[in-house]
Amino acid sequence: MRMKSRILSTGLGLVLGLAAVTAAHAQSGTLQKIKETGTITLGYRESSAPFSYLDDNQKPIGYAMDICNRVVDAVKKELNLPNLKVELTPVTSATRIPLMANGTVDLECGSTTNNVARQQQVSFTNTHFLTASIFVGKKSANLHKIDDLKGKTVASTAGSTNIGQLDKVNAERKLGITVVPVKDHAEGILMVETGRAAAFVMDDVIIAGLVASAKDPAIFALGDEAFSKPEPYGVMLRKDDPSFKALVDKTTATFFKTEGPAVYAKWFTKPIPPKNVNMNLPLSPAMKKAMENPSDNPDPASYGS
Amino acid sequence: MSYHWNWGIFWEASPEGTGTYADMLWAGFLTTLEVSALAWILALTIGSAVGVLRSLPNPWVKRIANAYIELLRNIPLLVQLFLWYFVLPELVPEAWGDWLKQLPNAPFWNGFIGLGLFMSARVAVQVSTGIAALPRGQMAAGTALGLTLPQCYWYVILPMAFRVIMPPLTSEMINTIKNSSVALTIGLAELTARTRAVQEFSFQVFEAFTAATVIYLLLNLAVTSAMRAFEKRLRLPGYGGS
Amino acid sequence: MFSDFDFDVIWRTAPYLFRDGMTFTVTLTLLSALLGLCLGTLLALARISGGKVLSTIVTGYVNLMRSLPLVLVIFWFYFLVPYLGQWITGAPRPIKVGGFSSALLTFAMFEAAYFSEIMRGGIQSIARGQSSAGLALGLSGGQTMRYIILPQVFRTMLPLLLTQTIVLFQDTSLVYVLSLTDFLGAASKIAQRDGRLVEMYCFAALVYFLICFLASQAVRRLQTRVAIIR
Repeated sequence: MRMKSRILSTGLGLVLGLAAVTAAHAQSGTLQKIKETGTITLGYRESSAPFSYLDDNQKPIGYAMDICNRVVDAVKKELNLPNLKVELTPVTSATRIPLMANGTVDLECGSTTNNVARQQQVSFTNTHFLTASIFVGKKSANLHKIDDLKGKTVASTAGSTNIGQLDKVNAERKLGITVVPVKDHAEGILMVETGRAAAFVMDDVIIAGLVASAKDPAIFALGDEAFSKPEPYGVMLRKDDPSFKALVDKTTATFFKTEGPAVYAKWFTKPIPPKNVNMNLPLSPAMKKAMENPSDNPDPASYGS
Repeated sequence: MSYHWNWGIFWEASPEGTGTYADMLWAGFLTTLEVSALAWILALTIGSAVGVLRSLPNPWVKRIANAYIELLRNIPLLVQLFLWYFVLPELVPEAWGDWLKQLPNAPFWNGFIGLGLFMSARVAVQVSTGIAALPRGQMAAGTALGLTLPQCYWYVILPMAFRVIMPPLTSEMINTIKNSSVALTIGLAELTARTRAVQEFSFQVFEAFTAATVIYLLLNLAVTSAMRAFEKRLRLPGYGGS
Repeated sequence: MFSDFDFDVIWRTAPYLFRDGMTFTVTLTLLSALLGLCLGTLLALARISGGKVLSTIVTGYVNLMRSLPLVLVIFWFYFLVPYLGQWITGAPRPIKVGGFSSALLTFAMFEAAYFSEIMRGGIQSIARGQSSAGLALGLSGGQTMRYIILPQVFRTMLPLLLTQTIVLFQDTSLVYVLSLTDFLGAASKIAQRDGRLVEMYCFAALVYFLICFLASQAVRRLQTRVAIIR
């Protein structure tokens, strides 16, 4: 009897919480929200160099942050809010989409793959990079093909498209890989460096950034087989928000056509803080084309790479 | 911004290619059970031993037992797990470290040991409290009967003490299950971790969390009821419970 | 491996660890303990003297919180609170809640369940005669609670409440899962950036240990003093 009422009352607490989510309907745009609160919140990543990562003073910088700052300038102008406050909130691969949906961040400035599944939940603006999913291991382990990972422990970032691709290959090819999800990319490469995992599966450009700034880049070796075709990265914003999306699309399109290649060069072909490593990744022909014809198309094939 | 409910999500195939989203949660649930059960056995074994040592008259033994308890009680579980997972393999000889790191399912073993030791300190406190709560005459009666000290503990003190501390032990058992979720930080695919994975793949945040909440509640209920029944069966005439 | 233990990284980053990280941890602990205690006391009162419906709801809430892993609750709140805010205020969109506020609310609401159990135990342990005496003096029920019962409960329960706060201090390290910069978060950011896991995690463990150990010794001393007074 007592037990039963306990269960009932406990259930009640749960239902009340859920009722709030359902009741929370209504729609209104991000621009309106920014206007009312005088604040725009950017979500940043801690270790997605050179897109969005922390410098020596633990401040977020990077190529995607530069893009977002252009959007912030445009919002200031559009809303006539010269004193617009910019708040910065850290996100991980796992938290970025719910935090976008629940209004905690307004723009996500990082290395988020734009794909069809995610477009059901959120929107993306024009593509700012193209990257394929690969793995990195230790040179001494001699790992080249995905099948070489058979039976090994492999890390990937929780909530990324990469961990999904890894899980899928693992099931399809019956590789018996122990997949260990890590919170963020920096932890992933450390798992390999310290021998906790045989490999780390991530986008090639993120891996290049991590390896370049590692204590000893020479100990790592990239796999030759990719888990995916090059997929587009985009700055993420809320879905069903046409006025904000139009502004962001317009701003980024102008950005890519004018100063895009120069800003790209700053982050990808020159030494970058905090360790002054050079990514040495000149603009690819496919990405050059994407800058000339900005698009938020999630289909990798549309970039003809 | 509206939230789109989709309770059917659990029956859809997960992108992992090994079944539905419900299967993911089920696998997580089993891992939670396994790691909690093993950790609890470890906690109970070491905790009882340390609790007994703490109740012994020898001041040095007592000090060592106390030091053990204080050390494990005053460092957050998350930090302890990091110590076992990231730090320990670097401090032992390299060959051992490599062996530790390359253990298949290392997060599981680390989670089990780390959680078990963390909980053992709390069990030890309960056990020594239980022993202290017994009338002094019990020990005296035992020794008067010609029992050695270990025999006294084994046949007289411990059976009584464990009956006394059954309710707090039950809540420590539940704490073990709850705390097993902290092991997601070292990559253990237990229930909360799998719930997060469902959320990450399907974007159905609240459905996934609701399911996990219900599972934890049911698990709690099952453990509480089972322990209560167990307690009732063990109750001695003349020592009315609680 | 101790041979290349880099003490220097600790000295170099200590200002960041303490100024950013520890400040966050301590502020979060103290504020959520305070909020949690207020809320917990209200919950305890509602459970003891509220109507049947209210006390059922409160009991449900307390049981729910006490049955769930804190990690799960942290995620729940981080994603749910903006919607709750929208629902409560009737705003047209989810309310933006920052990382710190969200964590604060989470810990306050979660700890309230534990504090309420401590307070409830305390209130029930005060002899019935006291409350009758208060009523006989012409105080209202609320006044009796405020001036006679609660002050005694706070004093006798102080050691337990403080012990729970030390547990809370340790538990705040779990905001690590949200990538917030608490003490452990700061340590792990440095650890990962500089590849100094051993140094940073050992140092973090040492700092947590010293603080919690000293605090719990102080609580123990307080306990004997409170015990003597009674």
